[in-house]
Amino acid sequence: MEKNNAVAFPHAKSPTGADTVKGFIRFLLGELKPKGKILTPFNVISGWIILGGLILIVIRFAYGLGSITNLSQEYPWGIWIGFDVVTGVAFAGGAYTLCFVVHILNFKKYEPILRATVLNGFLAYCFYAGALLLDLGRPWNVINPIIGNAFGYSSVLFLVAWHFLLYTICQFVEIFPAVTEWLYWPKIRKYAKLCTTGAVIFGITLSTLHQSGLGALFMMASNKIHPLWYSGNIPILFFVSSVFAGLSMVIAESSLSHRIFRDQIDPRHHASFDDILLGMAKGALGALFAYFFLKVIDFVHGSHWALIDTPMGYWYLVEIVGGIVLPIILFTIAILKNNVRLVQISAFITALGVILNRLNVSVIAFKWYSANRYYPSWAEVWVTAAVICMEIWAFRWIVSRMPIMNAHPAFPEVEKTHPKETEVLQWKVSAS
Amino acid sequence: MTISRRNFLKVAGAAGGALLAGGRKPAQAATAPEADPKGMEFYGMLIDTTKCIGCRSCEEACNEKNGLPRPEVSFSSESVFEKKRDTTPEAFTVLNKYPNPKDPDKPIFVRKQCMHCNQPACATACLVKALEKTPEGPVKYNKDRCMGCRYCMVSCPFDAPKYEYNSALPYLKKCVFCFDRVKNGEQPACVDACPEGASFFGKRRELIEIARQRIYQNPDKYHPYIYGEHEAGGTSMLFLSSVPVEKLDFRMNVGSTPYPEKTTGFLYAVPHIFILWPTLLYGLNYLTHNNDKETGHGEK
Repeated sequence: MEKNNAVAFPHAKSPTGADTVKGFIRFLLGELKPKGKILTPFNVISGWIILGGLILIVIRFAYGLGSITNLSQEYPWGIWIGFDVVTGVAFAGGAYTLCFVVHILNFKKYEPILRATVLNGFLAYCFYAGALLLDLGRPWNVINPIIGNAFGYSSVLFLVAWHFLLYTICQFVEIFPAVTEWLYWPKIRKYAKLCTTGAVIFGITLSTLHQSGLGALFMMASNKIHPLWYSGNIPILFFVSSVFAGLSMVIAESSLSHRIFRDQIDPRHHASFDDILLGMAKGALGALFAYFFLKVIDFVHGSHWALIDTPMGYWYLVEIVGGIVLPIILFTIAILKNNVRLVQISAFITALGVILNRLNVSVIAFKWYSANRYYPSWAEVWVTAAVICMEIWAFRWIVSRMPIMNAHPAFPEVEKTHPKETEVLQWKVSAS
Repeated sequence: MTISRRNFLKVAGAAGGALLAGGRKPAQAATAPEADPKGMEFYGMLIDTTKCIGCRSCEEACNEKNGLPRPEVSFSSESVFEKKRDTTPEAFTVLNKYPNPKDPDKPIFVRKQCMHCNQPACATACLVKALEKTPEGPVKYNKDRCMGCRYCMVSCPFDAPKYEYNSALPYLKKCVFCFDRVKNGEQPACVDACPEGASFFGKRRELIEIARQRIYQNPDKYHPYIYGEHEAGGTSMLFLSSVPVEKLDFRMNVGSTPYPEKTTGFLYAVPHIFILWPTLLYGLNYLTHNNDKETGHGEK
């Protein structure tokens, strides 16, 4: 093993030349250039969306939030919070879930998709939580709760803000070894790897608290949220649902990545990929079951039977049956029949259910009694789409440059292994 | 030093008392403190809707005091009563007209503005303390701290804070109980302007006494309820009316729990999770990664 290490870190000149400041800048400039075909249908459409989104953002900052959003005195939060931040962060829950499975529980089977998942989580926090800045009236004051201008520690939002920041840093630490491999910084990589376990433990703790904290935010609006959605258990419900929200997103995202970045992925990993998807389906199913029972307990405790036979009650049933019960059934069938296609379909439906739930709590069931209901303006939807496209562009740029989908040829994983796991580890070693 | 029995009892008593007092804090909070922790009593405003004639002097005084833009419809016009109004970033207090079932010729006018809760939801929700409960009672706004997240608007059970959506440099706008005047012992501009004494300024505790007295002495005139005495843990604005308050669009679903208590349970759990989770996770990590040595399965 030690011999292997010696080969992995030759004392020759760095192939990227990024070991000097000048070389680093030259390498970075070279990497900034686009790779591959530029005028693909996806690029044209997403580029158009991003361009339009940037124009809308300029208008928003020049003339205020009212110029392009449908926000009102009655609805201070729209889809930029309800979808971009609240739903986006739930979907980023896959990163801490997989980190728990791989780093804490030591299930190496999922390691091939770990980096892509953590990268996606990191970018989700940068872009979707970053979209929060668009929604703030005075975004330059966002540093106030951080620099200690006045600590509002009685606020759940204070906790969420700090956790967003700290967790984004944790995720950067978790993904940093890939950056060092890309730049060919073997020494720094060695130290970066030492920080991973600490970052993972801290990251999971932070995630537990801010995933539930996003739900706790709405406990202050107890007399504004429909009783079918308001509950003292919102924090726990948000935390548990972030597990299957995250896993279903990882299933969907990795299935897509596998098609798009096919050439980057080791053939052996292709073989184990179905197994990985089925494993995650089992995890999602378990979390869905737990969530369903929590919802049932909540419903029974609230004695809301009479509310079911109202328009909002039917809408509630749509969320429960379509977003929880249906995925439970489909995931069960998929697992029993080893049907990967059905796993992907179930993950897609689960994700829709999560979107529905988060939008219900934050927007739809919020002031359900109001005469002037909030509907997002086309500009709000456009900007949201632009943020998603930007995230995909950033993801693609990083994946086609850094060792995310595969192991770096010069840095094979040479950890101590269990004999049973050699099969799984081969995909990494083979890359060298 | 020897501990005499007497001394011991003294110390034990003090410690026990402190423990009891600590444990009873939430209960005390639930009964709505009349005063700031420093011992200063909150000021309040008693609004007796049976005395209000709907002259809108309070609206005009508020407009002038806060330097707000003059509205298109003059303050002497009654046309504004045709529909129900809410406060706006340009109007911190508004009057609404309601039919009087007891005397159809004398409609009821109700003022609407920030309630200045004893334990405000907005100040609890604010992550930069831009909204603050002052020892005098007013909930003031430190505009330089505000980042414009509008969580206060989501939290406020009365929807009092309003936002300047059409400004590139927006602020939150609401009644601040003329804090600069109240601080110096003066009464707010709207109370100053009221010709009928319908809005009455004073220490909150004394105002509740006055309100009760009015109800006892005129049982036929008043509906026996002081809106604001217990709502959201008690508010500085107190309302008296001749008819049940729910008929005057007062929010009846606010409850009497102070809003900070809605999230204290969650926030108190945070340090526990911060201690327990890393311990548990590190323990699990240790167990799953050091199996090899113990069982001898590892390659070493």
